[in-house]
Amino acid sequence: MSDAGSISRRRLLETALGGGVAAGAGSLLLAGCGPAARSGGANSSGRVRAACMSLSTADTLDPAKAALSSDYVRHYMLYSCLTELDRNQRPLPNLAESIVSEDQRVWHVRLRSGVTFHDGKSLTAADVAYSLLRHKQPLTGSKVAGIAEQFVAVRADGPLNLVIELAGANADLPIILSQSHFGIVPDGETRFASGNGTGPYRLVSFTPGVRTLARKNTAYFKPGKPHLEEIELIGIADEVSRVNALLAGDVHMALSVNPRSTGRIAASPGHVVRETPSGLYTDLVMRVDRFPGSNPDFVAAMKYLTDRELIKRALFRDFATVGNDHPIPPFHPYYRADLPQTTLDLDRARWHLRRTDIGRTPLPIYATPAAEGSVDMASVFQEYGARVGLNFAVNRVPADGYWSTHWMKHPIGFGSVNPRPTADLVFSLFFESGAAWNESGWRNPAFDRLLVEARGEGDEARRKQLYGEMQGLVRDHSGIGIPVFISLIDGYDRRLKGWYPVPLGGFMGYAFAEHLWWED
Amino acid sequence: MAASPDAPNNGGRRLALMILGRIGASFVTLILVALVVFVISSLLPGDAAQEALGQSATAEQIAALRQEMGLDRPAYERFATWAWGMVGGDAGQSLVANMPVGDIISERLPNSLLLAALTTLVAVPLALGIGIASAMNRDGRLDRALNIVTLSMVALPEFLVATLAVLVFSVQLQWLPSIALVPEEAGVAELLKALAMPVAALAVVVMAQMARMTRAAIIDQLDRPYVEMAVLKGFSARRIIITHVLPNSVGPIFNAIALSLSYLLGGAIIVETIFNYPGLASLMVNAVTSRDMPLLQACAMIFCAVYLALMLIADVAAILANPRLRNQ
Repeated sequence: MSDAGSISRRRLLETALGGGVAAGAGSLLLAGCGPAARSGGANSSGRVRAACMSLSTADTLDPAKAALSSDYVRHYMLYSCLTELDRNQRPLPNLAESIVSEDQRVWHVRLRSGVTFHDGKSLTAADVAYSLLRHKQPLTGSKVAGIAEQFVAVRADGPLNLVIELAGANADLPIILSQSHFGIVPDGETRFASGNGTGPYRLVSFTPGVRTLARKNTAYFKPGKPHLEEIELIGIADEVSRVNALLAGDVHMALSVNPRSTGRIAASPGHVVRETPSGLYTDLVMRVDRFPGSNPDFVAAMKYLTDRELIKRALFRDFATVGNDHPIPPFHPYYRADLPQTTLDLDRARWHLRRTDIGRTPLPIYATPAAEGSVDMASVFQEYGARVGLNFAVNRVPADGYWSTHWMKHPIGFGSVNPRPTADLVFSLFFESGAAWNESGWRNPAFDRLLVEARGEGDEARRKQLYGEMQGLVRDHSGIGIPVFISLIDGYDRRLKGWYPVPLGGFMGYAFAEHLWWED
Repeated sequence: MAASPDAPNNGGRRLALMILGRIGASFVTLILVALVVFVISSLLPGDAAQEALGQSATAEQIAALRQEMGLDRPAYERFATWAWGMVGGDAGQSLVANMPVGDIISERLPNSLLLAALTTLVAVPLALGIGIASAMNRDGRLDRALNIVTLSMVALPEFLVATLAVLVFSVQLQWLPSIALVPEEAGVAELLKALAMPVAALAVVVMAQMARMTRAAIIDQLDRPYVEMAVLKGFSARRIIITHVLPNSVGPIFNAIALSLSYLLGGAIIVETIFNYPGLASLMVNAVTSRDMPLLQACAMIFCAVYLALMLIADVAAILANPRLRNQ
């Protein structure tokens, strides 16, 4: 099994076998140094209270139903996934000892032996098969039912082996399985009242909409982990109150802080602002199936009219990364570095506009507080548009109901896209010709072909090249303008150590529970 | 007012009849409110199944969940089932939290009642004191000072009061916790410490109204001839106020108090949000956003019932304090 195969597969195998030779070594080393680093008497005060953005009665212990950041955090505390991501967003085996495939379609998983659930039951292939297949049942109400559709069959092959058969080749399966929705639950679990998983923390108490309290799982399968004794997870909806609670010492970490509050946090000696550059973006949506976006010159002009530096500086106080009108941020492994950056160029914009017949036609831009920063972005476009003779009118519409009533329904509007774990997901959800959320209505058969090819491609170098071509196509032809990627900002108590940014979300991609430790 | 021998008895019976009548009317009001809440909330876009599944839901998932939640039945049938359950004391099953509505409410209601009770204990005596002191020193220096204080309290929004209090007492001085999320095993001292700022913020809001109404009601009485008579007889100001003026102005004062207190349950939403206090108001907002009808209805019923009960108590208290009202 260890002979010829893809780079990703070989790398996975190596880490799986504990060789620690290749890229995965960093993470293995990290796991090793954790206990040593916290030996400074941290156990005494390893009780941490973390504040997410909000809680509700819909809070759940069912990983399939997770909808809010607090759900993801809770589920990463209680459950483990087959894989996890390292610092560079590459998958590592987790509950799986190895996950390999010859053709990226039929995957063979071997589970770690000796892993137990919180109630003492041993982890078997039946639990994994149940956990993965339940997403396909409509009644489960899974948030990832669309992704799980590709699981044609998940068969246990002995107590610790199983075979996952996909509808089509997908080299990203190990990454997909690292997401909290695919946390492994015991076979037959339907009530989800006790949070019985294999994760680093055991549930002590859980009140939907109020709090989650969990204590260290001493039988956790990773030696030396977790570090913190107890984690209490609460939600504080109001951003000012969340920051105040952090500064007052009532919580030790606060998710999602406004750039305006960073000064206050940084000024406090006991606290620190942590920025996570992420793939989150607010995008200008120009429908290419109707006036004026149907004219490629208008779309090109708009891309040249985007003052990315201004948007980054004035709207996000530099907590952002300049984008290039495609959804892959510069810190992504598949980012294409040789693609020229589009910059503000009024002359080029004028040149393109002369080739259109828009003139002084009033063009409404729909903006909303639901898409972060879009109202101000619309004003920026209005200002620069006026300089080249365009007549924009900014229509500000309420956040409530924006996604069902306005999004993708106007010639010019805004969208907001959360970070996705793989390039394939963001391209398939928002740019594939037939996608329900193809925001600008862009259709490009070449792009669709590349998408399918890249999904099934096992060779990393070839994959990167394919995704690079797709970035070029989107940048040059789609009706989407992505001025910046918005960074995620969290506030922390300085005594919490072990943090590193995970671009998929705040709180280390919501998985901080296992990684952080306390040092007085 | 030539009193016949059976007059007091007669008055008592009238009072009892009035209370019974009001309770009967309250039930009608509750049913109407339930109906209005039900109709208006069904006009909101989306239902509990769609809200729970989010944007990425498939049609099969929505259909299956709707059936599971019973949302595929016609609206009148759902309302009738809910109302019938309510008559039997069963508030139904929450569509979202997967547990009985009664359980959710019983966790939150004591929190809300505690906050309301503490605020009442603080606010009512203070408000009465301020109102009486102002009225007795009408147009004097104290009155003007208190007027400025109460008027600014009316004008100050509670989110400002609460946020400033947090900045001063939690962030700067670090005396009080910034969030009022009290663990169950907490002692009384810890509880009072955690609730100090929420109570203060709420008290500021409701106190001003009550104080203004008290002052107005007493001043209204002070202009009456009987007060002049009492003054001429040489009674002390304190005696005039306590034994003569207060019983006569108790009607409007109690009404103002009842109105203010009814605000403490449903209107505490901002204070609940800022201090992260798990009360009923935020639960109701939550029920609206998740389209959890049984929970929303139950909250609406509680707020409405408390309001009606407070109004009834205010009226009965006014009648008991002032026998003349019994014959009106």
